[in-house]
Amino acid sequence: MEKSKSQWIEFAFRVGAVILAILFTTLVLIVAKAPPLKAFNEIIKGSIGSPVKLADVLVAFVPLLLVTSGLLFTFTAGLYNLGIEGQIILGAIFTTWIYRLLMDTALPPAVIIIAGFVAGAIGGALWAALVGALKTFGGVNEIFGGLGLNFVATALIIWLIFGPWKQPGIGSMSGTKPFPETIWLPMVEGFRLSWWSVGLAMAGIVLVYVLLKGTYFGLKLKAVGKNFHASFILGIPHTRFMMVSFMLCGAFAGLAGATQVIGVYHRLIPSISSGYGFLGLLVAMLINYQALLAIPVALFFAALNIGSIQLPIVLKLDSALSGVLQGSLVLFVVLMEGVRQRFMKKETGKDGE
Amino acid sequence: MKVELRNIHKSFGPVHANNGITLDVPAGTIQGILGENGAGKSTLMKILSGFIREDEGEILLDGKVARIDTPSDAIKFGIGMLHQDPLDFLPMRVIDNFIIGADGGLFPNKKQAQNEFLELQSQFNFNIDPDAHVDSLTVGERQQLEILRLLWLGARVLILDEPTTGISSSQRQKLFATLKILAEQGKTLFFVSHKLEEVEGLCHRIAVFRQGEVVGEVQPPYTTDDLVRMMFGKEVKLGEKEKIAGEQAVIQFKQVTVEDSRMRIANINLDIFPGEVIGLAGMAGSGQRQFLKACCGLLKPVAGKVTLHGKDLTGKPYHNYLGSGVAYVPASRLEEGLVEGLTLNEHFILAEDQEGFFINRDKFRDITRERIKEFNIKGRPGSPVESLSGGNQQRALLALMKTPLKFLLIEHPTRGLDVESAIYIWGKLKERCRQGTSIVFISADLEEVLHYSDRVLVFFGGKVSEPLDARTTTVDQLGQLIGGKGFKA
Repeated sequence: MEKSKSQWIEFAFRVGAVILAILFTTLVLIVAKAPPLKAFNEIIKGSIGSPVKLADVLVAFVPLLLVTSGLLFTFTAGLYNLGIEGQIILGAIFTTWIYRLLMDTALPPAVIIIAGFVAGAIGGALWAALVGALKTFGGVNEIFGGLGLNFVATALIIWLIFGPWKQPGIGSMSGTKPFPETIWLPMVEGFRLSWWSVGLAMAGIVLVYVLLKGTYFGLKLKAVGKNFHASFILGIPHTRFMMVSFMLCGAFAGLAGATQVIGVYHRLIPSISSGYGFLGLLVAMLINYQALLAIPVALFFAALNIGSIQLPIVLKLDSALSGVLQGSLVLFVVLMEGVRQRFMKKETGKDGE
Repeated sequence: MKVELRNIHKSFGPVHANNGITLDVPAGTIQGILGENGAGKSTLMKILSGFIREDEGEILLDGKVARIDTPSDAIKFGIGMLHQDPLDFLPMRVIDNFIIGADGGLFPNKKQAQNEFLELQSQFNFNIDPDAHVDSLTVGERQQLEILRLLWLGARVLILDEPTTGISSSQRQKLFATLKILAEQGKTLFFVSHKLEEVEGLCHRIAVFRQGEVVGEVQPPYTTDDLVRMMFGKEVKLGEKEKIAGEQAVIQFKQVTVEDSRMRIANINLDIFPGEVIGLAGMAGSGQRQFLKACCGLLKPVAGKVTLHGKDLTGKPYHNYLGSGVAYVPASRLEEGLVEGLTLNEHFILAEDQEGFFINRDKFRDITRERIKEFNIKGRPGSPVESLSGGNQQRALLALMKTPLKFLLIEHPTRGLDVESAIYIWGKLKERCRQGTSIVFISADLEEVLHYSDRVLVFFGGKVSEPLDARTTTVDQLGQLIGGKGFKA
């Protein structure tokens, strides 16, 4: 009885946070002298207004969900993997690399596609392992190490696109030469969407949920994240667990990069990560370790992203508006969680012995 | 200042921690607050010092009703609390710590504060260097600093929560002398303790707490038996001493030298027998902790040899020791021993050997229930460990130890526990000894060391005494060694 009551209160606070975030965004719109209702209407129309739009939302949803799934590992281990963007990029680079190696061979397309995904996962995992090694062996905080390596990854991808992997003739921001259609992921006719990538992302989050919820691995990772000193005394090799969580997260980020290459752009482009890494951080913070919530929240955030694409054209507003709404949503949810805890504490007097 | 507590009630969920407490303490009194763990002493003191709010009742200071919402309110009313673990800032200097709670504007007048600090400490014969860093002070000195700070802020009521935990006996004498001076100055002192002799020796009057109520107020001369009866509602006797140690040494230290940034302990030779209990005594920071850590591989010896059942473990990492049947129970429960945010059940899952990949939750729910019952832990399998009281956390820590074990290392097994719980814990430990587990433990409680050990090692400034037979050693002899008398230069 009591538990369900507190769950209701928690839910009410969540809803309150969403309302506050919308109010805040409305305020921003009013200050920017834009009609709020019209802007929200455009976002809704722009995301679910037509089958093409809906498909685009799913296209954005896949990398976002993959990245969030990976980040659940590092968050559980108490780590802030801000290097996630670089890990997506390295995944995309590794995928492209393998594709370039295999595309002219006689291997069946399915093998090449699988090799591309595996390579992407390995690329992301290795780049994340670098962050992990810097932290565990070099004492470099993972936030700084990760952000630093993001810049390196960006430089690397630009160099590849304009250097060794440039299109015949001249390198351009439009990316490398597109791969032949035979080694794309099977697409839905007339859309940029592939059900295979949606399936991959859904399988990924379910895997993460099971791992974190029901296994020794998940519980030990949680213990390391909550108190690595005590977990060491309890006999858990905490540095190994931190490394593994980085590499798993990197592998998921790499898969996100791979789907962008294999299933969306069919080539390597400079902005291949599209900011999904940082957006995934927001989703992961918002869902507060509840893995399955990642599905609806990532879907919602993807819809906001796609929905705001039209804003510059229709309302002369910058499409960063979706970022304002997403950011304020996270801020208000975290804030309301703090308020809720104070409120509950007062009610039960939990702070004493 | 005269303090009157009127009908104070405080509940935490179903627990009525303070059930209508009424207590009058005139100015210039050292009021003893005696009671076992969970009797409601700490709750009442937290209410008085503004850390928590009472549900009902009122506090009168010099006859006027005072509403104390926060610790800073409390100090404005002149009430200061000295916590069991000093609340200071280790990397900062003494003088910065001293002025940190005061309103001094943007640029505090350090010169003046320093003079006042020196003047104040001379009143009590303290000798703290205001420019020293706090982490170079002993716990006793940090406590002195805390007292000076509170007095400087204008405290007229001082609450001391188990102040003698972790300080040396000479510092304890100094503390008691200080408290007597303060009482003569008209300050009101609350002395919270579960140590009978301290309370009897120091306090002008004693209030005995049991289950959230004041069950008796006594004035000298005190009779110990009466106090014990009031505390527990019955008489308590220590268990009989028994000798269980076997013949063949389990753990051998040969010429072992350990060192860390603070000290070097050279040439330790010790054979430990199955079922034997070795007590490590000494002032905090004399090297006993380093030795204990060396016993389980958390500190690598720089010389010598450690063998367990003939197997050479010298220099092996901690998890090799764990795998060989060694367990370590650290002193700081929530920092090193338990994982805040995990439930009791999750702790038991982690403490047992992993079976398979997926967790068998049903099996562990039963294991957890069993252990909770066996160790008398007040909590449910789903309770987060931080929601347990200190004594229950300690019981949980000990319940986490695997069976069987060859070698058990414990820091302060009964610190912060009441007598009854301590006896219970030692009963459990002795049970393990009968199964052949050898125990090495650190304790600041000399009675505990002598009563439960077979042999005792005394540490002083990085030197180790010969093993002493606990049956033929007295508290006085031990005290002298701890103070450094009898050590070869």
